[in-house]
Amino acid sequence: MNSRTNILVLNRNESILEVILRLINNHENWYGVGQSELDNLAHLMNKGHFELVLIGSGFSPAEEQEIVKTSNELNPGIKIVHHWGGGSGLLTNEILAALEGVKGGNYEISY
Amino acid sequence: MTNTVLHKSETRGHANHGWLDSHHTFSFANYYNPERMHFGVLRVLNDDIVAEARGFGTHPHDNMEIISIPLEGDLEHKDSMGNTTVIKEGDIQVMSAGTGIYHSEYNKNKDQAVKFLQIWVFPNKKNVTPRYDQITLNVKDRHNKLQQILSPNADDQGVWIYQDAWFHMGNFDKGVTATYDVKRKEMEFTPLF
Repeated sequence: MNSRTNILVLNRNESILEVILRLINNHENWYGVGQSELDNLAHLMNKGHFELVLIGSGFSPAEEQEIVKTSNELNPGIKIVHHWGGGSGLLTNEILAALEGVKGGNYEISY
Repeated sequence: MTNTVLHKSETRGHANHGWLDSHHTFSFANYYNPERMHFGVLRVLNDDIVAEARGFGTHPHDNMEIISIPLEGDLEHKDSMGNTTVIKEGDIQVMSAGTGIYHSEYNKNKDQAVKFLQIWVFPNKKNVTPRYDQITLNVKDRHNKLQQILSPNADDQGVWIYQDAWFHMGNFDKGVTATYDVKRKEMEFTPLF
């Protein structure tokens, strides 16, 4: 039985993306794949079997909407949350809260 | 209608790493309590004690308003924007992490621990150009009264952040009371620490 959780991390800041992926992949049950651009998001989503998408910094509101739309279309039921703070402080909490479906576990803002 | 949510000090999350003794009001790092994730836009309120000459090595942040308030001792700050400074009691440090910054915070003192509050507020605007600021306030101006240390307005007292939030500090003698006027009637909450 595979208990690994696949997580797609999107962040335009490549050095922060690298740090987040390292932190995620240090967790024995999590596997993170990252991308700083959205060109092949659909392809990645099709083959990645992701349970969770973490949206980091650098994307416009329209791009974030596109991420949500594409993710939901190709993987209905996938969890999509913002990653805030760009480091280790909130990352584990955000992932756990998202996977558990904690209401109000994350904070969303409107532009 | 007033609604009070009381978080007693001893119910906070606690992590003692030797060099860092930290109490977390909200879930942070390895402390996870789904009942305590954030309070409105207030996401992190860490009560930190850092041992002599130790500290947080260089690490990144993005999209967060980060405020540090030294209570005792001196904290040495370096960041990827080229700032190298020391903050001490009476100072307020603020960073808008925006599109991304790297920074380190070390206890400048070789002979005493540094105590400080580390506060993170969700920004109301994402992906801003990173910025750093620090100011020095007269701690006497908060004796038995509330001193504003942060607001959303660059021309108001204290530092400013990208959020409709105000912080005040006060050092009160026993029995002294003060009234806090909510800044905006529609504000949902007023945390006290």
